[in-house]
Amino acid sequence: MAELKLADYKTTVHNDWCPGCGDFGILNAIQMALSEMQIPRHKAVIFSGIGCSGKTPHFINVYGIHTLHGRVLPFAQGAKIANPDLEIIAVGGDGDGLGIGAGHFVGAGRKNVDIPYLIFNNAVYGLTKGQASPTLRLGEKTKSLVTPNTSNSVNPIALALVSGFTFIARSYSYDVKHLKDTIKRAITHKGLAFVDVLQPCPTYDDIHTREWYQGIDKQETGKAMPRIYKIEETGYDGTIKDESEINEKMTRILQFSSEWGDKIPVGIFYQNELIPSYHERIAENNKEYFAKPPSHQEISDNKNNPIAKIDKILDKLQIKD
Amino acid sequence: MSFLTSVNSISWLIGGPQGSGVDSAANIFAKTCAKEGFHIFGKREFYSNIKGEHSYFTIRISDKPVNSHLEEINVLVSFDAETLFRHADKVSAGGMIIYDSSLVETVLEEVPTIDFEASNRIRKLLQDSGQSMNLNGMLEFAKSRGCRVYGLPYFEMLETVAQKMNDPKLSKISRVVNVMAISASISLLGIKKDKLINAIQEVFGSKPKLLASNIEAAEYAYSYIGTKYDTKNITYNLTPKDALKDYLLLSGSQAAAIGKIVAGCRFQTYYPITPASDESEFLESNQIIDQVDGKSGSIVVVQTEDEIAAITMAIGASLTGVRTATATSGPGFSLMAEALGWAGMNEVPLVVTMYQRAGPSTGLPTRHEQSDLLFAINAGHGEFPKIVLASGNIEESFYDAIKAFNFAEIFQLPVIHLLDKAISSSIQTCKRFSNDLKIERGEFKNTIDKNQSEGAAGHFQRFKLDDSPISTRVPIGTENAIFWNTGDEHTEEGHISEDPENRNKMMDKRMKKLDLALEKINQDDMAICHDFDSDGKNVVVSWGSTKGAILEALEKLSEEGNKMKFVQIRLLHPFPTETVKNFLKEAKLVIDVEMNYTSQLGSLVQQNTGREVDYKIVKYNGRPISTTELYIALKAILSGNNERRIVLDGGT
Ligand SMILES: Cc1ncc(C[n+]2csc(CCOP(=O)(O)OP(=O)(O)O)c2C)c(N)n1
Ligand code: SF4
Ligand SMILES: [Mg+2]
Repeated sequence: MAELKLADYKTTVHNDWCPGCGDFGILNAIQMALSEMQIPRHKAVIFSGIGCSGKTPHFINVYGIHTLHGRVLPFAQGAKIANPDLEIIAVGGDGDGLGIGAGHFVGAGRKNVDIPYLIFNNAVYGLTKGQASPTLRLGEKTKSLVTPNTSNSVNPIALALVSGFTFIARSYSYDVKHLKDTIKRAITHKGLAFVDVLQPCPTYDDIHTREWYQGIDKQETGKAMPRIYKIEETGYDGTIKDESEINEKMTRILQFSSEWGDKIPVGIFYQNELIPSYHERIAENNKEYFAKPPSHQEISDNKNNPIAKIDKILDKLQIKD
Repeated sequence: MSFLTSVNSISWLIGGPQGSGVDSAANIFAKTCAKEGFHIFGKREFYSNIKGEHSYFTIRISDKPVNSHLEEINVLVSFDAETLFRHADKVSAGGMIIYDSSLVETVLEEVPTIDFEASNRIRKLLQDSGQSMNLNGMLEFAKSRGCRVYGLPYFEMLETVAQKMNDPKLSKISRVVNVMAISASISLLGIKKDKLINAIQEVFGSKPKLLASNIEAAEYAYSYIGTKYDTKNITYNLTPKDALKDYLLLSGSQAAAIGKIVAGCRFQTYYPITPASDESEFLESNQIIDQVDGKSGSIVVVQTEDEIAAITMAIGASLTGVRTATATSGPGFSLMAEALGWAGMNEVPLVVTMYQRAGPSTGLPTRHEQSDLLFAINAGHGEFPKIVLASGNIEESFYDAIKAFNFAEIFQLPVIHLLDKAISSSIQTCKRFSNDLKIERGEFKNTIDKNQSEGAAGHFQRFKLDDSPISTRVPIGTENAIFWNTGDEHTEEGHISEDPENRNKMMDKRMKKLDLALEKINQDDMAICHDFDSDGKNVVVSWGSTKGAILEALEKLSEEGNKMKFVQIRLLHPFPTETVKNFLKEAKLVIDVEMNYTSQLGSLVQQNTGREVDYKIVKYNGRPISTTELYIALKAILSGNNERRIVLDGGT
């Protein structure tokens, strides 16, 4: 098969994100990951929630399912459980995934279905004009807020960890290469993978701007002090190779997760493939699951007669004199 | 008034605290009678409680098919005081009461699970009849009405059984008391003991210890009655006609689940809720599916974190081409409304099996109602096509489950299969199901050639605007068929579009499916007219689980010369206006029967056919409509009652 180029993963749909929006970097990174991995276009499906971020699938030339506000994870899990051969990627906003959809975030963690999930974390509800999102900190006042934020923020990394996600990473939308590599790792991970993508929203978030991440405001040494640092560069490796490492690593990840402000860690905090995926759990009771998942089941013969044979079930319920 | 349609018909009831084996005892009794050749209809009543509250099971047995329960009881089987306090007044003259003779001194106030309201009612009854406020008073009251009472010293009987089995521990566990109680009733009814033993073997076959003690207890109680009481002049001497050949005894949730298996449903999601979970649990227990080709298939059943996840996960699965369903009840269905619209907007086939219970809010979580009809029809914001199909009994639940999937795929839309608690947890003898229905998948395709992808950018047109509102549908993952879905209004490829012209075309495309459904769906799946040779002047209209009581009440009225017909509406949305109009053409009197407050079907009939219903018989006390009370209400209307709305209140 001919090699698929980056352009093959792009649609011609008009992109209506604001100029300078961090979402563009995420879109590019997804397309680059798909193209570098040469994932056949028809095998890939992007599921999204609702928000500026929710429009992402329309710009990617693979199957695209733009779902409901907060519900991207159950939609995507349903498809992946029914057909594990598909390469499914779930994306959505921080409001989508950690506000209205937080219950599904936790529920998905418990299941560990084999999909990557990217949250476009911009601290605001972009599409509804800049209200506080669940990741905006208490007391912060972004442009559209009337008063400083009265709710505290949720910690996405910690929440993913305690919910049971088996791959937890963070990246930054303007570091497209790092993000693309992180996405590729998330795709190849066996199990549910979470990528918290820091995404400046130039229109509504005047606090966590590109310049803020670059540390333009921190000129103590005479030049900007970038806030973001890569944990891999500090020698950290988040892979769990043995059960015994888990407790110590969890403590370390919780420390990372609370770092914010002057030092913001990005990279792969955690990867644990020792935990069985939901698919493997199904296969425990249903040996043919991988060979014949729900989408591959035959249900009728060539005359449209049902193929299921219910005699044994009926015999049990039949009256025997 | 008595409903003994033949001498060979009785209404039997067993009660007891939840968790004390009332259900399994009733099951054994039902199986025993079915083995003897009797038709069965059984209704379960229980509190939203796990242990201790009063639950009961009514079983009607007859040599003819039975479809509903009656108010009156001919045989009352008990092993606690509460059952007698609550039900003894319903036992008909000549009826039989089995009770624990050690409990006769029990005072009404001493039974903590009898709630204040019920206690007041019982106190008044005992006061008015001049009886003492204890179980003895209740028994005396029953005897004064012509009932026969049979006291069993369960505790002493247990001790004897324990001795016989050489197992002193047995006397301490009350486990087998339920079986002694039913065994005594079977003995009194003159049903052969070997059928009872066979039934016990079927139920406890896999647990040798339980089996042995239950059989011993059953044998002992069976003969105890014979030696202690004179059974010669028993009112009910039952003789079956023939053996029930090729008959099943099952519940509505089992029937619907088996229908789903035949239909090819291979993915089901659910969040636990009464009375819907039984179906999912049955499916999970039967997840490996035999096939006619000798291979095996399977269904994946997923318990989700809530009902929003249940429906959205089901939709996601459906996109991969698998026949998919979710099952829920009112509270869960309320949460599903938004996603239902997404499925409608994106033309995704999906079956939602909706087991109604009494609302609003948590309502009466374990009781009956049919109050979600208009909600089911209107669920979801905006306008989108869906089909709402209601089954009238256990057997229909099986066949309709299959039809629901066909409709979902043929018309590419969500189908709500409406059932209710009166169907799901009742049991009935039904002719063994046949699976000669076809699987109809409409415009579903698994492959697409390259040149069929012809949208604006050379893409497949999932929502092609064409003469037919039904477009080619492929699973996600199909080559040459990449498309998009969105809850936003969209183009033929599935991209967001706010263009007004496109909007109209897409709305027309989707909504036209409703007309197409009315064209294509069989008449019998829209509405059935049960005419009892009537001239069609007096007509009962209804839907769903009231069917059994209506058929029986009309049969009795017809025998008395009051012939009425019954129009059972099965397709509630889109409404089969022409069919219903036709059935009501000759009607002088239209009587609407429903288990809800507002006569929801009545308003649908009026809205669609212009014909106002003349009388409304409604019920919303959480107990299903009995043949008895319906018969009385219909009779009152026929004899010139001028109340336009009759509220039924039967049930305990
Ligand atoms: C059930 C429901 N409630 C509210 C909305 C309105 N709404 C649309 S987008 C959005 C918030 C989007 O914020 P986020 O998820 O962070 O995505 P972003 O736009 O920032 O990418 C809301 C509340 C909706 N579409 N559905
Ligand atoms: S509002 Fe913010 S997140 Fe939305 S497109 Fe504009 S910049 Fe991006
Ligand atoms: Mg956001």
